[in-house]
Amino acid sequence: MPSTLEVNPEKIEENRLYAEMGLSDQEYDSIKTILSRRPNYTEVGLFSVMWSEHCSYKNSKPVLSKFPTEAAHVLQGPGEGAGVIDIGDEQAVVFKIESHNHPSAVEPYQGAATGVGGILRDVFSMGARPIALLNSLRFGSLKHPRVKYLFEEVVHGIAGYGNCVGVPTVGGEVQFDDAYAGNPLVNAMCVGLINHQDIQKGIASGVGNTVMYVGAKTGRDGIHGATFASEELTEESESKRPSVQVGDPFMEKLLIEACLEVIHHDALVGIQDMGAAGLTSSASEMASKAGTGMEMNLDLVPQRERGMTGYEMMLSESQERMLLVVETGREQEIADIFDKYDLEAVAVGHVTEERQFRLRHHDVVIADVPVDALAEDAPVYHQPSQVPAYFTENQERDPYYPVIDDLSETLHALLKQPTIASKEWVYDQYDSMVQTNTVVTPGSDAAVLRVRGTGKALAMTTDCNSRYIYLDPETGGKIAVAEAARNIVCSGGKPLGITDGLNFGSPENPEIYWQMEKSVDGMSEACRTLNTPVISGNVSLYNEAHGGQAIYPTPVVGMVGLIEDLEHITRSDFQEPGDVIFLLGDARPEFGGSELQGLLEGQHFGQAPELDLETELARQQAVQQAIAAGLLQSAHDVAEGGLAVALAESMFTNGLGCEVDVDGDLTTELFSETQSRFVVSVAQENVAAFETMVPEAKQIGTVTDSGVYTLTSSGRTIVEEPTTSLRDTWKGAIPCLVKSKA
Amino acid sequence: MKFAVLVFPGSNCDRDMYFAVKDSLGEEAELVWYQDDVDLTDYDALLLPGGFSYGDYLRSGAIASTSGILRQIIKAADEGKPVLGVCNGFQVLLEAGLLPGAMLPNRDLKFMCHFEELVVENNQSMFTRQYAPNERISLPIAHGDGNYFCDEATYERLQANQQIAFTYAANPNGSVGDIAGILNEQGNVLGMMPHPERAVEQLLGNEDGLRLFQSIVTYWRDHYAINA
Repeated sequence: MPSTLEVNPEKIEENRLYAEMGLSDQEYDSIKTILSRRPNYTEVGLFSVMWSEHCSYKNSKPVLSKFPTEAAHVLQGPGEGAGVIDIGDEQAVVFKIESHNHPSAVEPYQGAATGVGGILRDVFSMGARPIALLNSLRFGSLKHPRVKYLFEEVVHGIAGYGNCVGVPTVGGEVQFDDAYAGNPLVNAMCVGLINHQDIQKGIASGVGNTVMYVGAKTGRDGIHGATFASEELTEESESKRPSVQVGDPFMEKLLIEACLEVIHHDALVGIQDMGAAGLTSSASEMASKAGTGMEMNLDLVPQRERGMTGYEMMLSESQERMLLVVETGREQEIADIFDKYDLEAVAVGHVTEERQFRLRHHDVVIADVPVDALAEDAPVYHQPSQVPAYFTENQERDPYYPVIDDLSETLHALLKQPTIASKEWVYDQYDSMVQTNTVVTPGSDAAVLRVRGTGKALAMTTDCNSRYIYLDPETGGKIAVAEAARNIVCSGGKPLGITDGLNFGSPENPEIYWQMEKSVDGMSEACRTLNTPVISGNVSLYNEAHGGQAIYPTPVVGMVGLIEDLEHITRSDFQEPGDVIFLLGDARPEFGGSELQGLLEGQHFGQAPELDLETELARQQAVQQAIAAGLLQSAHDVAEGGLAVALAESMFTNGLGCEVDVDGDLTTELFSETQSRFVVSVAQENVAAFETMVPEAKQIGTVTDSGVYTLTSSGRTIVEEPTTSLRDTWKGAIPCLVKSKA
Repeated sequence: MKFAVLVFPGSNCDRDMYFAVKDSLGEEAELVWYQDDVDLTDYDALLLPGGFSYGDYLRSGAIASTSGILRQIIKAADEGKPVLGVCNGFQVLLEAGLLPGAMLPNRDLKFMCHFEELVVENNQSMFTRQYAPNERISLPIAHGDGNYFCDEATYERLQANQQIAFTYAANPNGSVGDIAGILNEQGNVLGMMPHPERAVEQLLGNEDGLRLFQSIVTYWRDHYAINA
């Protein structure tokens, strides 16, 4: 029998084989203490995945505990498949973001595709119908052929999976920076909609109840995926291609429909998807949460390949699998529902009173460990933290001030920067409209979906300017949350909460750990001020490519907001000639981490822009108030590239023109990335009312039908460009980079 | 009027079609699972929605086209009942032989999703009678295999019989003759890649697709409702 070929416990200890699975000597010793014996091969496997950073958050827990997670409208905070927020009318929104960075680095199509599949399961295992997908992507410079390949295949993979399951991909962001050259980031977010009464939990309660396995058969793919995700990428990573799972979106689609039918069946006790660490994590977590134990017979697990060992089955990360706990004696009723979708639901075990996790295979007990030891008792590390030298140096530098020759050329060059340029090449490959709820499609500040049958809508976005966070993690963390909220507010929504996708380098590096601490501090403060608690999230550490080059700290913020009335839905583009353009917030000469700095200097240094959260909140509330009063024609935040870019972006959809007058230092006025600023347009008849309501807003120009973008200053024209020419630059940049041969 | 929306494993525009008929058009609609024990003669029109039936494995629409319920669909088509296949539904109709030609991957080998301008080439059919001749309308497309192909003789026949219902104003996918949608010879089966069910509400862009469904209703009323 294959399992007898496995190395015996003595040899594991003698040859430190546990280290190959990612466990430290200390961790191995504590497992020995917990078991009062040496763990066998399968058990070492179970602990190694459950105690990996990916499953246990052992390095990030102390940091994560700082996040505010509660508010009156939070129905479910972190800890379940996804968080849940009340939106009124007995409905709730369910959302979460998850990373699939390491798999995408070695096998971009499947890595990205299964990232989408995994996050969908987190949401529909809560009982919610997935209504939207978003993603946050980071790549190196598109000039490198390998990066180009990763970029194309990641987008292809997201499209391949999302389009097939019929969940619209409605938004996201893509940024390019050399910091991600060897280690791209692929974070996928899913938003679901649910009735309060349907909210499910992943619990295995009721001693004697049956554990059922549903979905795809278990194969040898993805074995040790969680461990792989918890170490740096190395030259050998390519050889870990077998650690990357293969997705089957068709199977997922069947699972979605079947599971959403099953949640209405009263024989269902608990449901959870098999994500990272597959059967091991879903089973042990469900039992641990319920205060029970579980016994499973692995002979009953549907297997795709012959001769699989218990170790392989338990550590496989084969996709599209769910674990259910159902009332004993009613298995057939559940199986019948899955049968309609040609899915097999198989009883593989039962819930026990004794809080052990016991596995049998070929009539032998192959693992017998305390459930909580796996799911709850992973070590927690308080890693040392140290202020990086680069941060101190940057803080002490004189503020960076760019010198530019030609305003028009600079504007064109900024619009061509891949991070600013149109992402149409990307989102055109995503079905953004299926389910027919998408009111605002990709390309605006936030995507907007109506909630069918109500007069309400949801706004959603992902954001993270990691350059600011690199320069100043605390301020940058605040900005990430504030900018996401700005995007929601510009769409007419009230920010509800966030899901965080924390992507960092190795936490064992004190400087990286400091980045984590500080950025979470900043995010937490912003979340408290803006009343957007953290309801779910994911941590991806060890994002370091060959040679220890860590990525920029990238804590992605996924935010959802509620638009109380469809009438409040607001777009970022100018609507009608004659509308008056206003600017909220003055520019300061802040260029550290700006697009202009990247363009001119090829690197980022100095100080990130400042952020005053009280000012931020006041301006956001002003915009919300003006939208609710029906005074705004459009609203757009001033972000990367500054005011000049924000104005240009506002004209592209409708091909209008504008005449805007600026005074003061032109470089600062046009290109500074000072925070908490908005460009809004107001119909002539509402100008007086708007000025009364928002006295801070400064009239800067008008929307015209000329199709020309005109900027003047002190009576002279400083930029005069046809909108079409700017749009061609902006739209053409990414297709051109993708097509060009390196 | 009662519409059946056929649901295959992997269909994903079925609910969109259902809501378009029920909420926007204001007619009766039912989702019909492909294995349900139903009699399709109970319905006045059959709608095959978009999606990825059977994951588009083998070929888009190929596996669904062999399912048992197709026999009833073919019978209904033979009897002159309106049958509309959109996107994957169109692919199923092609694979089932109810419409001529085949689908290839898009010219650029990429899935694409956006509004596309169409020309109404034939406004005399039961699906298009609410449009003006050569009217330009805008409907969303969302497909990876929407590059319609047929041989020259077939294309000439399609033209001669006014079987080309819609063409693209600017061909996005490489289709022969810019074809976006075709009718069968009798004119009661329409297959089209663009999604009329996604364009039935101003809130989501426009209502250009709604008139396609309204055409079916007015046709049906003119021909059958008197006896009903």
